[in-house]
Amino acid sequence: MKYELTCINCPMGCRITADYDGKEVTNIQGYTCARGKAYAQTEITDPTRMVTALVGVAGSHVPLSVKTQTPIRKPLIFDALEEIRQTVVNPPVRIGDVVIANVCGSGVNVIATENID
Amino acid sequence: MRKTDILIIGGGPAGLAAAVGAYEAGARDILILDREERLGGILKQCIHNGFGLHTFKEELTGPEYAQRFIEKVLEYKIPYQTETMVIDVSPEKVVTCVSRKNGLERIEAKSVILCMGCRERPRGSLGTPGERCPGIFTAGTAQKFTNLEGLMPGKEVVILGSGDIGLIMARRMTFLGAKVHACVELMPYSSGLKRNIVQCLDDFGIPLLLSHTVVDIHGKEHLTGVTVAEVGADLKPIPGTEKYFPCDTLLLSVGLIPENELSEMAGVKIAPTTSGAEVDEQLQTSVPGIFSAGNVLHVHDLVDFVSEEATKAGANAFRYVQNALPQSGRKVPVKMGFGVGGIVPQFVSENPEDKVSFMFRPRNVYRNAKVIVELGGEQIYAKKSMILAPGEMVNLSIPADKLKGLATADSILVRIEVPEA
Amino acid sequence: MYDVIIIGGGVVGCAIARELSRFRAKTLLLEKTNDICNGQSKANTAIIHGGYDCKPNTLKAKFNVLGNAMFDRIHEELEVPVQWNTSLVVSFSKEDHPALEKLLNQGIQNGCRGELRIIGEEELRRREPNVGSTACEALLVGSGGIVCPYELTQAFAENAAMNGAEFLRNAKVTNLKKLPNGHWQVVSTVGTFETRAVVNAAGVYSDVFNNMVSEDKVHIRPRRGEYYIVDKKYRNVFHAAMFQLPTKMGKGILVAPTVDGTVLIGPTAEDIDDKEDKRTTAFGLAKTLREAARTWEQIPTRAFITTFSGLRATGDKGDFVLGEPADAPLFFNCCAVESPGLTSSPAIAKWMSEEIAGKLDLKENPDFNPIRKAIPKFREMTAQERAAAIAANPDYGKVVCRCETVTEAEIREAIRRPVGALDIDGIKRRTRAGMGRCQAGFCTPRTVEILAEELGISPLEVTKFGGNSRLLEGYLFEEGKNHA
Repeated sequence: MKYELTCINCPMGCRITADYDGKEVTNIQGYTCARGKAYAQTEITDPTRMVTALVGVAGSHVPLSVKTQTPIRKPLIFDALEEIRQTVVNPPVRIGDVVIANVCGSGVNVIATENID
Repeated sequence: MRKTDILIIGGGPAGLAAAVGAYEAGARDILILDREERLGGILKQCIHNGFGLHTFKEELTGPEYAQRFIEKVLEYKIPYQTETMVIDVSPEKVVTCVSRKNGLERIEAKSVILCMGCRERPRGSLGTPGERCPGIFTAGTAQKFTNLEGLMPGKEVVILGSGDIGLIMARRMTFLGAKVHACVELMPYSSGLKRNIVQCLDDFGIPLLLSHTVVDIHGKEHLTGVTVAEVGADLKPIPGTEKYFPCDTLLLSVGLIPENELSEMAGVKIAPTTSGAEVDEQLQTSVPGIFSAGNVLHVHDLVDFVSEEATKAGANAFRYVQNALPQSGRKVPVKMGFGVGGIVPQFVSENPEDKVSFMFRPRNVYRNAKVIVELGGEQIYAKKSMILAPGEMVNLSIPADKLKGLATADSILVRIEVPEA
Repeated sequence: MYDVIIIGGGVVGCAIARELSRFRAKTLLLEKTNDICNGQSKANTAIIHGGYDCKPNTLKAKFNVLGNAMFDRIHEELEVPVQWNTSLVVSFSKEDHPALEKLLNQGIQNGCRGELRIIGEEELRRREPNVGSTACEALLVGSGGIVCPYELTQAFAENAAMNGAEFLRNAKVTNLKKLPNGHWQVVSTVGTFETRAVVNAAGVYSDVFNNMVSEDKVHIRPRRGEYYIVDKKYRNVFHAAMFQLPTKMGKGILVAPTVDGTVLIGPTAEDIDDKEDKRTTAFGLAKTLREAARTWEQIPTRAFITTFSGLRATGDKGDFVLGEPADAPLFFNCCAVESPGLTSSPAIAKWMSEEIAGKLDLKENPDFNPIRKAIPKFREMTAQERAAAIAANPDYGKVVCRCETVTEAEIREAIRRPVGALDIDGIKRRTRAGMGRCQAGFCTPRTVEILAEELGISPLEVTKFGGNSRLLEGYLFEEGKNHA
């Protein structure tokens, strides 16, 4: 099967085409860097995404912004968001602090992306 | 009167990079003025990632990117004032600002760097007919509510405009539990980054309706829905194509307007094609000693280019203060040829000291086209590109030795050449 | 028990409340929406009419001319912005000269004060270099001016309240009944009241109240007018309010500067049936621009700030219906008060309050204070005044609305004043916060916060204009949840 996709790794948005027979991704064309080639592989077989989100902060309505440390499998996104939504952190928090370890059993941590005192 | 060498208006990505750029060039007498409670500008609410790939070779979220620069400002002990609104800049570079803490202040600056960013185009300016009910927000205002205040505007969303802010908010609202019914785009192409179409719309099955617009807004006490219609090549609604979308939230991402009210007060000449200041390759405006960088100069797609531009402006502001920036000499106008819009800079010194960077927006989508720069009838730059689109600013550099022709040229031309049919 | 209950918090109702507070009278104004000035009074062309446009010997003509002469005093006593920039009724064809003459004679007959003469093309273009190329002559109306209609309404209300008048908002009158003792029973959503006299100043709904008490029925059919507001960049495009001579095609569209420096284009005139239909329409807006193009050929379509529509209380009698109907004594009509209602309001109020005082034998109020101070506007202050204002009140140092330079002090004051703001639109009308280029994009989060704080409510309860017009749906995270 022929696949046409847009690489999301950087704002270049290279248009990549590839073939996939259910087992192997072959004939990858259109990428301009190694990350693009790798993206085509995973996007077709097991897509992943970086997730950025908000968690609650104890004693406040104002949220804290967080992100997954590395991409997580796409099917897990909404479960991960729910786990994130239920999370409340206690200040102080520093950028990089682990807010949720191993979110949804994905093996990926959710870390803080801003500081709160 | 209080004095400072370099006064930077705006503590967002441009202002921060300009301050750091000035400092690293040797400046010490710098002052950043920002109207918000914390530095970081618009990046504070851009909690998504995509920032820093060029600058830090890492992909960061907005707050993380801002923090890198804030840390440098703190490390260098660069003076700054928050919750301070600049309300006037005179042509003599006297800056008037107001804050609760210091009251009304007038500060005489040797040089000023304009880094005020943009405001969003509102519904009122579009003149969309219908009700004036609550539930209508510009995407950025909605983003401020959700990401900085933890407040949700609504649950059933339609987005007008496929610019990056609209796309980002399509994803954000979806992540926060809302249903985004459609993203409606007037033009036949999206003005946002392709990656955002994929990860903000396609990922969630949100339809992108190109060549459509909102023609009516419904709801007395609160928004209840919008009518969307297809538009023709003239961008006017086609009767009979109307479709009703029930919704309680309409987010508008229909244009960013550089906030140059202060620039105009200072007598800075504004370029109609960018709505930003007219600058030379040193990013100096028509008023000697006043520089401009970032979104207030022209609307950027990538914050990395904002930082690059602002760093340059900061360094040049310092050179100006040192009387080391050549002030005399002819400025050669930059002409926009086919397909080229909003070029910066608008002028180049006839004797540039260093490579000159040009940035512009393609006026349309062009495939396999070439970006060409001509000087004195000669092509001094030609680069082919798989795709050129209005949503992706073109950034090109020409080394100084290729620009010798400026000494005798009337103008320098940047244009797009499409392949033969 | 009240002496007078006024139904309707528009400019006429509030003006009457103020005039009545010159007397010892227990006065209550009932406004059905969340704020005063929510109807015609906020959606008009803000013109102080010269009075040439009314048919002679009508109440419109009489009160227009009387009212016009009262605005200098209003400006002094109530600190309401008024500018005497003149009006020009422009004609675009020499054939229309007789029509201009007719207006001139009408003006003379009505007693218009000030200069009133027809000027030729040369003088017209000298005065207004930007007028359209086909303009050939104009009626110069020296007594034409502009005012801020919401500040006017607000000032009347504040001064009335300061002098003892009561105001209830979200108070919809549902029934009127004559009591055996000759008094009126007023039934409303906030209670039932007894009063000696009733004033009907209910605008587009004033026919409803007249028809409740009198056999002399009035029927009001709302006449919609749609407008554009153009950016202050164009404040100098015209000096006078530029009218068009009404032709066979219909009433002309105005291009008029406002006291704030924006430019209004409009209104159209379309009879509709729904008194609650405040929409703008594609057809109406397009018509506005098309017709205005004769006056202003280079309308800058990229410089629109917003659009809006207003509904005129156009009655079927062709004139204001003022005073007591024969069969409803002590029920005082201000019915079908459409244009020139704004200009006429102070004169109607004076006449009506004197009528009421006579009928009810009201004594003068020796403590009446005619002076009302406007909220000091940071944007209009000198550098010294600004420094002093901030020193006295640090909230003057926090600019909330960047486009119009409105500070937190002014927003808080707008809420704290008598008959103060209760919603976002109320703040807008009292301070201009949210009326600028970005149309509240920047100031809304802070304005919501301030309103919530001052009114002691949650930000989720803050509305745009009362009722269910809440801005926000909910919090993402509830406060106080603790993580183990």
